Amino acid sequence: MKLEELAGKCGEWLRGSGPESDIVISSRIRLARNLAEFPFIRKCTDQDRAQIERVLRDRIKEVGEWSSLTYVDVAALDDVDRQFLVERQLISREHSEAEGARAVAIDPHEKFSLMVNEEDHLRIQVMHSGLDLQAAWEQIDHIDDLIERRVTYASHPRWGYLTACPTNVGTGMRVSVMLHLPALVITRQIEKVFRSLHKISLAVRGLYGEGSQAMGDFYQISNQITLGRSEQELIGQVRDVVPVLIDYERRAREFLVKESQKDLHDRVSRAYGILCTAQTISSEETMHLLSSVRMGINLGLIRDLEIPTVNKLFIHTQPAHLQKLRGVELDTADRNIERANYLQRHLRKREGDDDLEKN
Amino acid sequence: MKCQYCEKPATFHITELTGEVPVELHFCEEHARIYLTQSDEPEESNSSLAGVLAQHLKVGQTAEELARLDQRACPICGITFYEFRHAGRLGCPHDYVCFSQELEPLIMNIHGAVEHVGKRPQHGVHGTDHQTRMIRLRREMKEAVEREDYEKASAIRDEIRKLEKQKPHEC
Repeated sequence: MKLEELAGKCGEWLRGSGPESDIVISSRIRLARNLAEFPFIRKCTDQDRAQIERVLRDRIKEVGEWSSLTYVDVAALDDVDRQFLVERQLISREHSEAEGARAVAIDPHEKFSLMVNEEDHLRIQVMHSGLDLQAAWEQIDHIDDLIERRVTYASHPRWGYLTACPTNVGTGMRVSVMLHLPALVITRQIEKVFRSLHKISLAVRGLYGEGSQAMGDFYQISNQITLGRSEQELIGQVRDVVPVLIDYERRAREFLVKESQKDLHDRVSRAYGILCTAQTISSEETMHLLSSVRMGINLGLIRDLEIPTVNKLFIHTQPAHLQKLRGVELDTADRNIERANYLQRHLRKREGDDDLEKN
Repeated sequence: MKCQYCEKPATFHITELTGEVPVELHFCEEHARIYLTQSDEPEESNSSLAGVLAQHLKVGQTAEELARLDQRACPICGITFYEFRHAGRLGCPHDYVCFSQELEPLIMNIHGAVEHVGKRPQHGVHGTDHQTRMIRLRREMKEAVEREDYEKASAIRDEIRKLEKQKPHEC
């Protein structure tokens, strides 16, 4: 499988299926693991890093049921390809921007990826569409077992799995659910929600993890604590708060429909209009407008567009995806033009307006 | 000009110089604040760990004690407590053993617990001495190469190879 083949597809996390998928985008779990016989990344020499990469690559390739995985040498990729993997959430931004030997093994369905030499030697992550944490846990638990049979993980009788940063020690697990919360943003309740989540030690991040802006009103809710509670308890903690957030978002949407139907409809229609007709448009503006359109579809204000199409546009209009789909490197200005063209092609085609295609 | 995130007029004009080309951003007051505080988040999360550390170390530690603690180094990977305190990242699994007294209150503060509950590795949980020895030997080999003591370096390399072969095969 080549990266180019991935580009045309949507990726598991934005497939937009599963329960409550109008609000819950995806469920994700990651485990941080380290090999006992090597120092943590900070104290690794170049040779150590290369050796860790080799050991893990060999072990991953031994696993019979993983014969269809694509193993990618991240250090050898150019900037666009690395950015492309970040946009698909197959590697983290930190992993993309790091230096030295590092790699990622990717499941052909993009339901899991294995990052080698990220902040820890191994970061296993599983992604499922919609709210599906239990299945994600069962899968990642199995993946972890398959690797653990072949290597010796760093662990401690009292502190569990040992990680480079003490904030991940214990289970080494981060459970997160990605939510689309545009109405809470519009009604300015989002910060209040975040403050109450912090109080019960849950963290809130943007689309691309730590430090990323909440692009397109996507938010990831995850556990902050990793030690002293079992994996099931940690999953339960995140899972239990999701229905509450869904309820808040739905109530905020109802409020908008009831109190300011015209304003809301206007906002959604304008967003759709700009996306269909803009001649040059930034990634940020695109995400922002697509978010309104996505909510508009879910509220029945836009009827000639489907959620999977919008989900696909969220990912395909990002910088590296645009360039991969076009097959050439583009600077920011050219990307903004290409993005506008891409949006026009995909949104106008939906209207079934053949004349526009011919023009 | 309107804010790029809402309908309000843009009163903050920010030029980002961090990327390959300057990026112009236009925000209303509220979105400017959100943008500016959010882009600082990664540093914040690091400094909050550093903050927790600093808080702990202040309690019951004189400047002299802290200076002495900062100089303590892990015999296996060589990281000093000072380096950990500043980077927020440990150097090797053995740090959890040699700095356990200092880490315990820190871990308590972060997680509200000090005992792991949940999944544990099934294999190779015994004999971590073997692994820490490997980490130490690799570092000693690197140091020997650095001071051009190739005789010592090759002796260490032979020892590492021997240990690698001895490695009990799991599974």
